[in-house]
Formats: sequence, C-alpha cells, structure tokens
Amino acid sequence: MSYLDKAGLKVVGTRPIRPDGVDKVIGRASFGADTTMPGMLWGKVKRSPHAHARIVKIDTSKAAALPGVRAVVTSADFPNIANEEAFVGEGPMNFRDLSRNCMARDKVLYDGHAVAAVAATSQAIADEALDLIEVEYQVLPHVIDVEAAMADGAPILHEDLFTQGVDPKPTKASNVAKKITFTKGDIAKGFAEAEIVIERKYTTKPVHQAYLEPHACIVAVGSDGQCTVFSSSQGQFMVRAYCAKLLNIDIANIRAIPAEIGGGFGGKTLVYLEPVALALSKISGRPVKIVMSREDVFRGTGPAAGGVIEVKIGAKKSGRIVAAELVLKYQAGAFPGSPVGPGCMCAFAMYDLDNVHITGYDVVSNRPKVAAYRAPGAPNSSFGVESCVDELARELGIDPLALREMNAARDGTKTPYGPTLVNVGYLQTVEAAKNHAHYKTPLGPNQGRGVASGFWFNIGGESSAAVHINEDGTATVVEGNPDIGGSRASMAMMAAEVLGISYDRVRAVVGDTASIGFTFLTGGSRVTFATGMAVTQAAEKVVEQLKSRAAAIWDISPEAVEWKDGKAFPAGANAGSFEPLSLADIAVKSGRTGGPISAEVSINAQGAGPGFATHICDVEVDRETGHVKILRYTAVQDVGRAIHPSYVEGQMQGGVTQGIGWALNEEYIYDKDGRLENPGFLDYRCPVASDLPMIETVMVEVPNPRHPFGARGVGEVPIVPPMAAVANAIADAVGARMRDLPMSPPKLSAVLDEQNPPRLAAE
Amino acid sequence: MPRVNYAAPSSVDEAVKVLAGASGLTKVLSGGTDLLVQLRSGRIKPDLIVDTKRIPGIIGIREEGGFFIIGAATPGAMLSSHEALEHAWPGIVEGADLIGSTQIQGRASLAGNLCNASPAADSVPAVIAARTIVVIAGPGGKREAAAESICTGPGRTSLAKGEFIVEFKIPKPKPRQCDAYLRFIPRTEMDIAVVGCGVNVTLDAGGTCTDARVVLGAIAPTTVIVDDAAKALIGHKLDEATLAALDAAAQKACKPITDKRGTIEYRTKIAGVLARRTATIAFERAAAR
Amino acid sequence: MSKHHVTTTINGEPTEYLCEAQQTMLDVLRDELGLTGSKEGCSSGDCGACTIILDGNIVCSCLMLGVEAEGHSIQTIEGIANGDTLHPVQQKFLEHAALQCGFCTPGLIVAAKALLDTTLNPTEEEARYWLAGNLCRCTGYDKVLRAVMDAASVMRAEAGQ
Repeated sequence: MSYLDKAGLKVVGTRPIRPDGVDKVIGRASFGADTTMPGMLWGKVKRSPHAHARIVKIDTSKAAALPGVRAVVTSADFPNIANEEAFVGEGPMNFRDLSRNCMARDKVLYDGHAVAAVAATSQAIADEALDLIEVEYQVLPHVIDVEAAMADGAPILHEDLFTQGVDPKPTKASNVAKKITFTKGDIAKGFAEAEIVIERKYTTKPVHQAYLEPHACIVAVGSDGQCTVFSSSQGQFMVRAYCAKLLNIDIANIRAIPAEIGGGFGGKTLVYLEPVALALSKISGRPVKIVMSREDVFRGTGPAAGGVIEVKIGAKKSGRIVAAELVLKYQAGAFPGSPVGPGCMCAFAMYDLDNVHITGYDVVSNRPKVAAYRAPGAPNSSFGVESCVDELARELGIDPLALREMNAARDGTKTPYGPTLVNVGYLQTVEAAKNHAHYKTPLGPNQGRGVASGFWFNIGGESSAAVHINEDGTATVVEGNPDIGGSRASMAMMAAEVLGISYDRVRAVVGDTASIGFTFLTGGSRVTFATGMAVTQAAEKVVEQLKSRAAAIWDISPEAVEWKDGKAFPAGANAGSFEPLSLADIAVKSGRTGGPISAEVSINAQGAGPGFATHICDVEVDRETGHVKILRYTAVQDVGRAIHPSYVEGQMQGGVTQGIGWALNEEYIYDKDGRLENPGFLDYRCPVASDLPMIETVMVEVPNPRHPFGARGVGEVPIVPPMAAVANAIADAVGARMRDLPMSPPKLSAVLDEQNPPRLAAE
Repeated sequence: MPRVNYAAPSSVDEAVKVLAGASGLTKVLSGGTDLLVQLRSGRIKPDLIVDTKRIPGIIGIREEGGFFIIGAATPGAMLSSHEALEHAWPGIVEGADLIGSTQIQGRASLAGNLCNASPAADSVPAVIAARTIVVIAGPGGKREAAAESICTGPGRTSLAKGEFIVEFKIPKPKPRQCDAYLRFIPRTEMDIAVVGCGVNVTLDAGGTCTDARVVLGAIAPTTVIVDDAAKALIGHKLDEATLAALDAAAQKACKPITDKRGTIEYRTKIAGVLARRTATIAFERAAAR
Repeated sequence: MSKHHVTTTINGEPTEYLCEAQQTMLDVLRDELGLTGSKEGCSSGDCGACTIILDGNIVCSCLMLGVEAEGHSIQTIEGIANGDTLHPVQQKFLEHAALQCGFCTPGLIVAAKALLDTTLNPTEEEARYWLAGNLCRCTGYDKVLRAVMDAASVMRAEAGQ
C-alpha cells in the first residue's frame, strides 16, 4: 500500500511527543553508564603515551597482586585475528585491525592506544592498578600529517601494508593503504574547451564527533559462557557481531542490549570497550563496567579524517562547467579505512558533469583510527569543491545559486560514481534557497553571505520489526535500532497510520538482539527509511490478520472486509450489515479467533533515496581580531517526506551546528611528540549556545516512491555544506579566501593582515 | 581521582594551624573549579585539601571604610548580583562573570582565580587595575599585600607555608573613576582568554585622564601592569593619537608564548586591539559618572 | 582511608551518605545515591551535563566534592518536576522536541530552570549566554532556546504578568 499522498495522512507529518521523552526530561532514562549489576567490578584501560612505539614488554604482575584487582588483560588475552574484511558495520571492517585497535598488539600506533586493562572492586583501586602496570616501549618516529605520511622516508606504520589500486603492485611497504579513481568522460578534452580554469588546494584538520556521552558498557560473562552486553552503541547487532568475532564466541551466546545512547554521529558504529570488558569479565567471573573519561574519548576513539583536497574546475564563461578534477588525500588514522571513497563519490554529485576524474588516497598515520562521522568523507571534499565553485562564480560575476542551477544534477543525471539519479530534489533546494527572504536581505559592513550545496547517498539495508497487538487494543512496535534522533516516535507514527489508531495507543521499543530479528545499525540515515519500511510492512500484515479475524467473527470471507480508520467494515452491502469492529474489539477476542495478532518482518530495504541540501550563511567578521560571528543560517534540504517534522528539523539544525564547529574552531592539536594537547571540551571547541543564532530549516519534500511514506534519509546531508557556506560568506564579507580549516581567528586575522597590513604603531 | 585527605576548619586560626602543620602537598579549596580539574587530570597529587568555606566571613561582600571587602571564597555569582559593586567596578564584575560558564561562576572565587596563578585568569587584570589589596592570614598573623604581588609565575604564588587569603579589599572608586575588562576568545564563551585586558581610569571634568592603570593578562608568565600604557593615557583625552600610543605600549609589554590558544604574533596584536577597546569603554563609563 | 559522613538536603529530602574525600558530588549522586539523572560528560566543568543547583546557584557537580555538600541544599534533575507534574521547562522541551539523544537534557533543564528562577523575562541572547556552559551536540540549540523562551512565557502568564 502507498501512503505517498500527504493529504490523506492523519498521524505521519504531525509532531507528537516522543515515547521516551518523559524519562529523558526527568533524568530516568538509562544510558550506558547509568546501570549496575550485582557484584560488578570497575574496569579501566591503560593507554599508550606514545604516538608510535614497539611494545617491548608489559609486566602486569604488580597490578594483579594489588588487593581488589580481579583481572588484568593485554593483547595476550585476545585471539590473534587474521586479516579479514567483513561488512557488518558502517562500511568494511577489517577484524584484525579492529582487534588491535581495541587492544594493541606488538605496536602502539597513537597516543591513547589501549595497551592493557584491569577490573577491580572500586574505581580508585582500578586507577591504582593501571599505574602499577609497567610497559616498556621502544619509541619510534611518528607521522601525523597526511602528506608527510605519504612522502618517501616517512615512518611506516605497518610493514605489511602495500598500496592497493596501483599498478604494478608495490613491493615496498607504504602508509598509503589504497588509491581509488572514478572517471567519467574525458577531462583532457574538457579542460581544453574550458574558457576559465580554477585550481585550488584545501586542507581540513581531523575533528571528533564529540558526542556528549562517553562510551560506556557493562557486561557479564556467565560460567556457562552466556554473555550479556549492555552498552551505548549505534547497533546492538554490530556489538554482538564484533564481540563474537574478536573473542571467538558463537554469536548465539551473546545478548547485546542497547542502552539509550547519548549521541554517536557514526562514532559509536564500532566497539572499543565491550570486547575488553568481556575478557575481564570472563577472567574475573563477575560483571564488569567500563566508562571512558572524556580524555580517553578524545585520545582513544575514532575521529573524522583530516586531509587535503585538490580541486580543479574548468568552465565556459557562461558558467557551464566542462571539466572537473579532484584529488583527495584522507587520514585513516592508525589503520586503513578512511572514508575517502564516499568523499570522492559525493564531491560533484550536485552537478551534471560530462568530464570528471577523481583520485582518492587512504593514508594511515599515528592518530586514532578514524570512525564514521555524519556523511563520512563528504564534508571534507565538499568544502573544497563548494569553495572552488564559489570562486568560479565570483570570477565570472555569476550569482552562486544561478551557477549551481545552470549545472544542477537532476533526474536522469549519471553520477561520476555510476548510478543515475532518479526522484531527487536538488534543483528544488536551489530554487527554494534563491527565493527565500534570507537570500534577499541586505547586509551591513563587514558582513557577508555564502551558499553551498551538499549530497549524501543514504542507505537502506537489513531491518527487522515486529508489531504486536495487545489484548487491550494498544500496539507494541519492536524494532532494532538505537534511537539517536527520535526514530521511535516515527516508527510509532507509521504503525499508527497503517493501523488507523491514534499515536498514543502505539508504543515503540528498541529490542535487544534476542528480542527482534537482525537489524543493521543506526547510521547512514537509514532508520526512518529501512526500519520504517519494515514497521510499515509488519503493520500491514497485522491489518490483514485483523481483517481475517473480523471476517471470522462475522463469518464472511476475509476479502469482504475493509480496514479504515482503525476499524473493520464489511466491504459493501453484499458483505452483510455488521457494525464496524474496532481494533480493540478484535484484540480482546484474539484468543478465541486464532491466537495472538502479531507480525514480524525482516527485509533488506532497497531504494534508499539520496538527499541534497543547499545552505545560506551570513557572517560578520571582526577585521581586527578575525573573529567570525554567524548572523543567520538557513538550511534547505530535500527530505522526501518528513514523518515527524520536528525531528527532521532537529537533524538539519544539529548537522549544521557540527559543520559550523568544523568550519570555525574544531581541530585536534598535537605536540611535537605526537601527543594530543586538547583532549577535552575546553580546548576542543564545539559551538556553544551563545555562538549561534536560530537555524532556520526549509524542508522541501520530493517523496522517495520506494518508501511507503516517501521518506528519504535526512540525518547526514546537513553537515556537508556548512564549511563551504561559512568560508564563502567570509570571502564575501572581507575578501579573505580561507582554504585551511578551521577558519579560526588567528588564521583569518593573518590573511586579513596580509591583505591590509595594520597601521604601524605610533613611534 | 587519586585519594586525598580533607579538612574543613571553622576559623581562620584553625585553618592556619592546619596549613602550617601539614606535611606533604597541601592545597586550599575555595570554589574548586580549578583545583578539582587539576586533581582529576593528575596534574597535582595533594595529600591534603583544606576547605576554607566554613570560616565565617570567607563568603560575603560588605562595604567598610571606603572599601568593598570581599571574602576570599565568595563565588562569582554573588559578585554579579551585588548592585553596588557592579556599579562601582563593572570591569571587576565583568571579569569574574567571564570565568567559565554560569555553573563555574556559581563556585569560582577571586582567591582561587588569583592563587591558581594562571596568566590568563579573567578576574585578575581588573582586580589589579583597581589597586586591590589582599588580606592574608598566616602563622605570623594577618598582613596586607597588593594583589599584583601574589602571582610570581604560572602556578606559583608568593604565599608562604601556612598562609592563605581571607579577604580582598577593593578601594571604592573616586568620582569619575571607572573600569572595564575585555578578553579575546575564539568562541563567545567557555574559552580561556587568549588575551585579557583590565583598564581603570580617572578623568577630570573635561574628560582628560588624570590617573590610569592598564593591566594585561595571558601575554606573559604573570599579569602585567603596563606603566607605559598608563602614561600614554594620563594627561590625554582618548583620541586617535592616544589610542595609537596605547596600542603600541600594550604590544610592547607582551612577552607571550605560542601555545594551543594563540601564537606570539597574534597575542601581541590582540593586546593592542583590546587595550584600545577596553580603554574606550572605561573612559565612557568614567565620563558618565 | 576512612570515609566522611555527610548530612545534606537533596531535592528537599534530608539525605546522608558516606564518601571518600576525592569523590565528587557527581560520583556521590550517581554511584552512592542512585541519582543517575546527572551525567558525566567531561569531568572538567566544560560541558554542563552534571549541572545541579546548590543553594540556588547552578554548579557543575563534577567540580564539587561530595564532602562539600554538608549542610547545604541541592536540587538535581530528579527534583525539578513536582511529583507527576512536569516543570514548564520540561514540558516545553518535550513539545518543542528540544532533545534528540537526551544526554545533555538533564543539565540543560536544571540550568534553564535556574535561569527562570532569576528572571521570567530573559531575552534570547541572555538565555544563550546563561546556557553557554551546557554543551549540546545534537540540536544546535535552536529548539532548546525556543523551549526555554516558551516556558518563560507560560510562567509569566501563570504569575499574572
């Protein structure tokens, strides 16, 4: 059944209060660190102070002997996993690398790399025990910057890493894990036809997802080998699969329970603590709780890649782009796996280009292994491309939105990475931005306006959902996705719409791995799409059952029953004149008409619709200090169908804010020894409430017909445009073109001083 | 957090006895907003923490004999809500108000901010600019010292063993005297000052400066009283030439470092910018008296 | 090392506990008293997730020792609602969808409630600066501010202003 017509909807599109809301505003919701188990021990992790070193020896004997310590582990307590790629998390995962990331083996590869862990009867004793673990390191030269890591003579992180994607196959180990290319048309021909060519280099620094809740878990391994893992993660099935793999446990012997999660943004799509806690629990025979400190989160968990973006765009004077070339060099951190692939694929997706060539390099360096961060890879490459397009527009004297319109990707455009776009709304976002009052508002001195566009694929994938009709006519929806943005509300809304009952009669819960079928993790902007699809299908199956129960009660054929507004009706006069039966009427009789009324659906959702956005940003620059104030921000996005508009707006506003932080002040700062100097919220500068204005959102709805309600993913696109939007606004305000993120005051001030040397101080 | 001992004396004498008699590293606890961070990070490992907040009078503001007397452990929030103090020395209140967040201001004290001896302390420049005197209790009894004599280097004070600050004595402003404090930070809140500037000026009826103190923070190992900057103001009105001279003097006084919060060049430049802006506000306020 | 015995008032109720000197108030609330509504986001006073009200002022409970609570009065997120009746700030947070993951929410609600205890007429800018010590990574603060301003307006109406 299709619910694509918004006009007929009663629940979807409204803004009810989320089911878990009250618990969260009174402080009762249970996050990863909020629970205890009887007899539990506290676990703590010892981390390397060196950016690159060989582990010569670890002596844990003094720690083990400390009264109150019940277990100590190092890599010796974990299976030595062979090199193996698998697809169970967000993107490919090499289990050997994941294992070594959770607990270093032979070498430490970044300041903060876990080398040992203890479990003790109190936190104070666990801390003391960590100090008693003696690690002998042979410190090695380290390398952090991506181009330095690529250069000849750079310290090599992995002796067995040879660059993939180059011909002939290299024989010398390298920090370049792989090289990828995408080609469409003929760029040599394209550039030859160009009347103007803009070629620029941009750089970004690594940034962290900076979720407010540090990683936390509490686990218990029974003497029968049954494991329970309660943790804050973006996917309990991912937690289960990774722990099973890393510790050689049968998947059926692990039950992973999702805690409420205090933010993830991609950073919790893998494991750090759970396998370590399980190892400690197995040895000690008691539950183990581990909570990361904020410092550990910054030093030990995966940030977004920093990197280099080299853009070359050729165009006619009319503004039509005829050739585009891009080179991306992304840091992967200690192990291969930066999102350089998506970075390549998204960079030009907004444009209909005939001739494109994109090259990407995945480069390891001595920092934490990179993890996904909201549209991984795309914000970096879009910063470069959208800034370059802006420079092109200014050179040609063409309005930047008009330039985008001229070159816009639309239905039928073949992307540089292969697929052809269908049912997309990019042009609509450009039009909406152009016609918005914001775009026409006059600006004052030192104020400027910038625009930028963005794209993200969004994914579908495997989801399971169950809809159970309860004896009193309420419904319970069980699904398997940790709720990071209000998705439980959307699931309940879709089920309520299909069942025809009111939202407050439907309760959505997130089930653990034993309570619902396999579900791929919360990420890739997939939950409303894929799990929503599963919920809708399960609810439709329930409706069929309800109809056949009504038929049984009336003793007519199920084909003669209609379901409307939450009631069974005889379909037409011939079926008989019966009073309609409500869902509650049927539910109360379910035991006598055949048993429980319930359906579970497991799907591999296809047809995820990509998302496009166009943003407008106004800034004011303090010329003397380089301080940038965000005056006004409007985010326009094609959201498909906003199931719960408030939560869609929330995703847009949150992504914009992270992008603004990435643009202006967030970065990892390392000292000369490769140690992180700012592992805390004081000097890792996320935007605070006083840094921002209200963020206006405009939701353009071009429904995705592959989803019953027309939904497309919305969570990731909003982080893609802001960096370029801010950079373009600064250029508009004061003529300073910032190509290196973050655009912090000292850097902007230096560029402004170069343009306009400050008057010399009076003698 | 590493283990530690805790004492909460209920009088000045008791506190002096505990501090003087302690062996090992001892730290005074006022608001705790610096101390607990350092404890937690392992930067310091004291054996004993002495909480002064139960000492009568250590929290509170009173006016006496031409001074505002502020108890050493008075939280910033109390300073901001004291109308008379805010009217008299808005710069001091602004400085205290800028320390951290509203939550930090609920605890952070002038004594803690001063004795933590960070060159970037926000309350210190304006406190020094106002010629504040601190009252110190110790084994030798009570003594008074200029606020600027307390910090001797990053993290180091001139207080002897057994000594702690009990009060701040801020002289009431003269007619047509007022102050201001500005700092530069990358965001709008929550950052440690890249540069801080406190300016205290007295004007005559015609608007000419007759007295001034210009104090810069975060541009040297301790807060710096910039005599040349004061000289640039005294005898002048705040015109272009005066501002330029003030800017130059401020820049010349800088001996900053390059660290994760700012480079030498940037801090030096901003010192000049802030000196001009802070002086402008101070002059406006003084003239309005 | 012996423990300290502390007598204090939490959410209007006389409360006693034992704690070691180095345990923060946040540790005590979460680990000794089962009041896990206050969250640990950074333990350095930079994120506000642990915000409580101490004698009428908001403070970071991670920057206060448990022993310092002796004789004082503390309000946590668990004490903001009046029994079953949500405080207007809590209600408006729900209506405006001012929470996504909900981790920063307790700290924000306590801080916002304290703001409205001092003034029922904050400007948006005043509210933003008051709340600058409460980091939120999910919402971009937009709906948070709308919720706070709406709660203020409801409370003004209730107070007959």
